[in-house]
Amino acid sequence: MEQLTLATALPLAFMAIMGLALLAYVVLDGYDLGVGILLPFATDAEKDVMVSSIGPFWDANETWLVLGVGVLLVAFPMAQGVVLSALYLPVTVMLLGLVLRGVAFDFRVKARDAHKATWNRIFAGGSLVTALAQGWMLGAYVTGFQDDLWGWLFAAGIALTLPAAYALLGAGWLLMKAEGDLQRKAAAWGRRVLWPMGLALVAISVATPLVSATVRAKWFVLPELFVLLPIPLACAAAFWAIRHVLRTPRVVEAGYGWIVFGGMVLIFVLAFFGLAYSLYPYIVIDRITVWQAASATESLVVIALGVALTLPVIIVYTIFMYRVFWGKARTLTYGL
Amino acid sequence: MDTFMLARLQFAANISFHILFPTITIALCWFLVFFHLRHRATRGTPQAAGWEQAYYFWTKVFALTFALGVVSGITMSFQFGTNWPGYMERAGNIAGPLLGYEVLTAFFLEATFLGIMLFGRGRVSERVHLVATLMVALGTTLSAFWILSLNSWMQTPAGYEIIDGQFHAVDWWAIVFNPSFPYRLGHKLLASALTAGFLIAGVSAWQLLKGTATEGTRKALRTAVTAVAVVIPLQIFMGDLHGLNTLEHQPAKIAAIEGIWHTERGAPLTLFGLPNEKEGRTDYALQIPKAASLVLAHDANAELKGLNEFPGAHPPVAPVFWGFRVMVGVGMLMLAVAWWGAFTLYRRRGRDASTWPRPLLWTLVGMTFSGWVATLAGWYVTEIGRQPYLVYGLLKTADAVAPHPPAMLMGTLVAYLTVYVLLLAAYIGVIKYMAEHSTMPTPAVRPPAPQPQIQTL
Repeated sequence: MEQLTLATALPLAFMAIMGLALLAYVVLDGYDLGVGILLPFATDAEKDVMVSSIGPFWDANETWLVLGVGVLLVAFPMAQGVVLSALYLPVTVMLLGLVLRGVAFDFRVKARDAHKATWNRIFAGGSLVTALAQGWMLGAYVTGFQDDLWGWLFAAGIALTLPAAYALLGAGWLLMKAEGDLQRKAAAWGRRVLWPMGLALVAISVATPLVSATVRAKWFVLPELFVLLPIPLACAAAFWAIRHVLRTPRVVEAGYGWIVFGGMVLIFVLAFFGLAYSLYPYIVIDRITVWQAASATESLVVIALGVALTLPVIIVYTIFMYRVFWGKARTLTYGL
Repeated sequence: MDTFMLARLQFAANISFHILFPTITIALCWFLVFFHLRHRATRGTPQAAGWEQAYYFWTKVFALTFALGVVSGITMSFQFGTNWPGYMERAGNIAGPLLGYEVLTAFFLEATFLGIMLFGRGRVSERVHLVATLMVALGTTLSAFWILSLNSWMQTPAGYEIIDGQFHAVDWWAIVFNPSFPYRLGHKLLASALTAGFLIAGVSAWQLLKGTATEGTRKALRTAVTAVAVVIPLQIFMGDLHGLNTLEHQPAKIAAIEGIWHTERGAPLTLFGLPNEKEGRTDYALQIPKAASLVLAHDANAELKGLNEFPGAHPPVAPVFWGFRVMVGVGMLMLAVAWWGAFTLYRRRGRDASTWPRPLLWTLVGMTFSGWVATLAGWYVTEIGRQPYLVYGLLKTADAVAPHPPAMLMGTLVAYLTVYVLLLAAYIGVIKYMAEHSTMPTPAVRPPAPQPQIQTL
C-alpha cells in the first residue's frame, strides 16, 4: 500500500465496518444470550422478568450479526467462501441455536402453560449452544483455521470462555434492569463466573502469540509493546472494577450496577482492538489480505454510500428505542 | 446423493421454511396498520374496542411469525457463504450492494421499531406507536423490494458487464429495475396479501366455530375477506403479466411449465398429464388445442419454443410443470372462496358474522394456510425453472457450490429438517391454541403505565 486511494482505503473502511458491526453484535446480543444462559438458575417469576428485560431488544441485536456477515459477503467476496466454508459446522450449530432460542422466546409466552418449561429450556439451551459455537468460530478464525491439535484446543478454549463472558455481561445487564432478589442473584451469578472467565481470558492472551508467529511478531517487539501495554492494563482495571461492584452489594444498591456491564463492554472493546491489531492487514490470517478479498471499487462505493446514509439513522433510532425502554424491566404486554 | 444435489436441497429447505413467515408478515403488518387506524378513527365509539381486540390478537401472531422469519433469515444469509461461495465470488459486485441495502434500510428498521410496536404501549404516545407500526410495515416491504430485486436480477440479469469471469455493475438503475422485477415484486406483494388475508380469515372462522370469537374476530374476518376478494383478481392479472414477461426472457421456463417439448405453431394448453422427460413427451395429456399459443402470445397460431431448443440448458420439467399447476389450482380455489365470502358479506351486511353459513366458515378454515401452498409452489416454479443457471444464462449453479463432503451436508440437512418440522408443528399448534384461548386484557388488569410518555420522535 504505497498511497491512500479509494481502491486501497475502501477495503480498510469496510474491514472496520465489519469489525465494528461484529463488535456491536457481540456486546448487544452478548447480553441477551447471557441472560438466556442464566435463565435456568432463576425462579419462574424471575424468568419472566429476565425475558422481559431483553424482549424489545434481541431482534435488533441479532441484526448486527446479519450486518457483519453481510459485509463479509458483499465487501469481501474472495474471503467469504474461505471463512464460511471452513466454519461450516460451527456456523450450522450456531444457526440452529439462534433459531431455537429466537422462537422459544416467543413460544414460551404464547404456548399453553404446560409447555412453558420446555420452551424455557430450549431458550437457555439455544443461547448456550449459540455462545459455544461463536466462541469456536472466533478461535478457529484467529488461528487461520489451523487444523491440528493446538488449533482445536485453542478454539475449544475460546468456545468455553465466550459463554462465561456473555453470562457476566448478562448478569451486568440484569443488575441494571432488575431489582430486589433478582438483582442480588445476578450479582451472585456474576461472582461465580468472574474468576473462571478472567483466568480463561489470561490463558487465551498467553496462548494467542504461542499459536501464531504473526501475532507474536506484532506484539513482542519494542517499542510497540509499550504502546500496546495499556490494552491489558485497562482490561485488568476493568476486571477489578467489576469484581469490586459484584462483591459490594451497597454499590449496586446505590445504582452503580452498570459498572459491571460497562466494564465488560470495555473488555470486549479492548479485546476487539487487540485482535484487529493482531490480524491487520489480513482478513484470513497469513493468507488473504483485505485488499485481495475486496469487491470491485465501484461496488464498494455504492455500499459505502448506503452505509454513510443509513448507519447514522440506524444509530439514532436504536438510541431512541433504548430510551423508550430505559429503566427497570417490567412484565411486557402487547397492545395498543 | 452428491454434494451438489445435497447443497441444493439444503438451500431449498432453508429458503422454503424461511419464506413461509415473511410471506405472512409483509402484508400482516399492513393489516395491523389498518386495525390501528380504524381504532383511532372510531375512538369513543363502541367500535373501538373491537378494532383494538383485532390489533391485539394479530400483533401476537405477528410477533411469533416475525421471530420465525428473522431467525430463519439469518440462516439464509450464512448459506450464501457456507454452501455457495462461488456466487459471491462471481456476482458479489452486483448482489453485494443489493443485499447490503436490504440489511441497512430494512432489517434494522423493522427489528428496532418492532420492539416499540410490540411492547411500547404505555411508554410512547399513541401516535409514536402508530409510527412504529408503520415503520415495521415499511421495513418488511422494503426488505421484499431489495431481495426480490436481487432475485429478479438472477432471473433476468441486466446492467452488468463481465470482466475476467466476474460481474461488474455498469448501470445500477438497470440492475435494480431489471426486466422481471416489477412483475415479481407485484406478484409477491399480492401473494403476501392473500396469504395473510386467508390466515386471518381462517383463524377468525375457527374462532367463530369454536365460540371464542370476539368483536375483534368479526372485524378481522370482514377485513380479511374483503381484502382477499379484491386482491385475488388482481393477482391473477399480475400472474398473467409475469408469465408473459417470463416468456420473453426465459422461454425455457415457460416450455417446462407448459410441457412443450418441441417448438410448434398453435401449441395446445396441457391442463394435466405426466411429464416424461426421458421420452420427451407428456403422457396421458389432457389438452386444449392451440390454447397455449392463444394464452401466451394472444394468437392461436403463434409459434412457441419447445424444450428441444435448449439442450442441456432447460430446467427439469416435472417439478416446474406440477408446481405451476398447484399454484394456479390454489389461486382458482382462492378466487372461488374469496368471492363466496364477499358475496356472503354483502348479502348479510349489517348482520353478525356468526350467522355466516357453517360450510363457508369451514371452507375458510380449510384455506387458512392456502397462501403457503401457492407461495411455495410458485417459488419452485420460478427457482427450479431458472436451473441449470444461478444467474440466468451466465453462471451455472453447479459452478458456485462449495466442495463439502456429502455426509456433512446430509447430517446438517437432517438437523435442519428436524428442527423445521418441529417448529412448523409448534407454530400451527400455538396459533390454534391462541385462537381458542385468546384473552384480551380487560382495562382492570392492564398493567399501569407509570413511565413518562415520550411524545415526539
